[in-house]
Amino acid sequence: MSAQSLDQRDRPTGYLPEGADINRNIAVRRLRGAIWHAIFVSSLIIGLLALATLIYTIVNDTFGYIAVQTKVDPEELTGGRPLEELSKEELIEILRANVSAGLFRRFDRDEPFSERSRESVLQLVEERVVGREVVAVYKLTESLLERERIEATVRERFPRAKLEFHSWLNRDFLTRPMSSVPILAGVGNAILGSLWVIAITMLLAIPIGILGGVYLEEYASDTWYYRLIETNINNLAGVPSIIYGILGLAVFVRAFESFTSGAMFGVTDSNGRTILSAGLTMALLVLPLMIINAREAIRAVPQSIRQASYGLGATKWQTVWHHVLPNALPGILTGTILSVSRAMGETAPLIVIGASTFIVFFPDSVFDKFTVIPIQIYNWTSQPGAQFRSIAAAAIIVLLVTLLALNATAILLRNRLRRSY
Amino acid sequence: MEQEARVAVERSTPLSISPINLRGKPRFGENVIEIIVFVCGAISIFTTTAIVIVLFQEAWLFFGSPEVDLAEFFGTTTWQPETGRFGIWPLMTSTLITSIIALIVAVPLGLGAAIYLSEYASPQARGYLKPILEVLAGVPTVVYGYFALTFVTPVILQGLLGKENVEIYNMLSAGLTMGIMILPLVASMSEDALSAVPRALREGAYGLGATRLETSLRIVVPAAMSGILAAVIVAMSRAVGETMIVALAAGAGPRFTFNPLQAAETMTGHIARISGGDISYASIQYTSIFAIALVLFFMTLLLNLLSGWVASRFREVYE
Repeated sequence: MSAQSLDQRDRPTGYLPEGADINRNIAVRRLRGAIWHAIFVSSLIIGLLALATLIYTIVNDTFGYIAVQTKVDPEELTGGRPLEELSKEELIEILRANVSAGLFRRFDRDEPFSERSRESVLQLVEERVVGREVVAVYKLTESLLERERIEATVRERFPRAKLEFHSWLNRDFLTRPMSSVPILAGVGNAILGSLWVIAITMLLAIPIGILGGVYLEEYASDTWYYRLIETNINNLAGVPSIIYGILGLAVFVRAFESFTSGAMFGVTDSNGRTILSAGLTMALLVLPLMIINAREAIRAVPQSIRQASYGLGATKWQTVWHHVLPNALPGILTGTILSVSRAMGETAPLIVIGASTFIVFFPDSVFDKFTVIPIQIYNWTSQPGAQFRSIAAAAIIVLLVTLLALNATAILLRNRLRRSY
Repeated sequence: MEQEARVAVERSTPLSISPINLRGKPRFGENVIEIIVFVCGAISIFTTTAIVIVLFQEAWLFFGSPEVDLAEFFGTTTWQPETGRFGIWPLMTSTLITSIIALIVAVPLGLGAAIYLSEYASPQARGYLKPILEVLAGVPTVVYGYFALTFVTPVILQGLLGKENVEIYNMLSAGLTMGIMILPLVASMSEDALSAVPRALREGAYGLGATRLETSLRIVVPAAMSGILAAVIVAMSRAVGETMIVALAAGAGPRFTFNPLQAAETMTGHIARISGGDISYASIQYTSIFAIALVLFFMTLLLNLLSGWVASRFREVYE
């Protein structure tokens, strides 16, 4: 024992344990390590658990027993044939015979029967004559675990009702338009609306985003306006999406109304709250994202490729077009898909712009009113009642599956097209 | 004079011998492309300018109207457009309360997950855990709104605290769900910061006999502090600007309250509700949402700039 180590022992901070103390010290530190390890793992597990619970809640609401009651037995109306097999004319006759003359005329005024499709007439018959009405909705877990109890309750409370297992997500749900009756409602026109909006968004955002990235990486020199644009793009990516909605409302819906409503092109029955306004707004929203992703992809292309191209006498644009962009393509594609999925799930700006929560027609031009899947989810979630919750859950599955497919494509593309230098 | 001219001619002779001139040929197409490319880059400036002009213009109309003045806007605590009372504090407090609840959930959990992923997990485990977290980040916020309203409020909050104590729309449920929403953001940004800390630092700590925990908490986390702080600030900005969760779950009606179990509308929720209905462009309600949006815009801008500043100012540079 030298004098120095004795000195150390006297100093409170530099104390080195000896003998049995060493083991105790190590044991305490190991225990503390194990406890914190558990804490770190559990915080990750809580995150994963949240995801699992989210999926469970959605699935739980989408499937399950429903008790259905009809005003009239459809077999009686048709003499034993199922309603689905009847022709349009027969359906119109059933409708004429069973609703009041005034109501029948009103349907004809809304959209003449001669122009209606068979499906639309069938929907009217189901809604107005058969009057299929859902009187009770059960979740998936109850339906699987407590079947007897549900059967007993339904027999007691709704003696005329039939209990059936129903998937709220089905083919009719995917193709039908909106309806105020949940079981007849669908996301058909919302899917179409989403596709229209995405198409316009991407038509604008892809070329502008890529060229903007090319400017920042290939053309710009370090000047004040380059730095301004760069900072600006990074800050724009952090602006809340609802602000873009406000921008779209003031600029596209109001200021450019004659353009976005189509009045300039001879469309008369519309205001500025159209697919075109939504697409333009969404394009501004995803543009910073597109540019940032394109920049990263372009930056990853090695300098030697550019130098080789210049060395052979190519001009700047020839170098960019024939060498830089093809090499950056995988990254740009991934960024594009991520932007698409961002635009697909975005709701707030479209609410501000004035997406319609209730339209029954299918949009067929960019100057039409529109609705998109997230807007329907928002609308249905905010309605009271278990049936609306169930169709909201079904619409969420449609949205999430689409987004998952997009993201999986992005990952696949990234892995398949990646080159290493 | 003559002599000078001859000298000039002699000097220029070698150049004129050269058969091709490689310099200075104007390329019209290249210049056009350069302009197009510049315009595409500069469109972002248009977006920002348009945002600022639109917000200021309508907010100017709002503050210019006889019913409102700045002192009332920032100094009173009632927001009732119907009776002409415009004090932004009820909207502001609920925005802050939901955001702070979200941060209380997201920061410890996100940081814990980030430390686990970066310091403890094996490369394989990280390989499949990170994409799952990214899925969580890719879920649209309206889906979280549905989750808050149909699961967090009725099952968790009303289940734990009793149905009579928790309103159907409440700030706690919106805040908790928002915390889950921004958790992946905090986790992934912090994980990037932690992974960027050089290996040599960790090896130095292990060499001195530190445990894995001591290395993580005393060496790696302090070294990555700037990145972690930046992540927290970005998360705050995201929470303040988030709309769909609060629009669905926090309540539809401004209320000045600090009780998170009560319903109170946030700034974003109010904008969404007012603009979702059919309002006339001339009404004061229409201009009022621009005034709120202006406040929101500057709050998030400030937070984003602060985040960038923290990240660069306090960065520890190695090597």
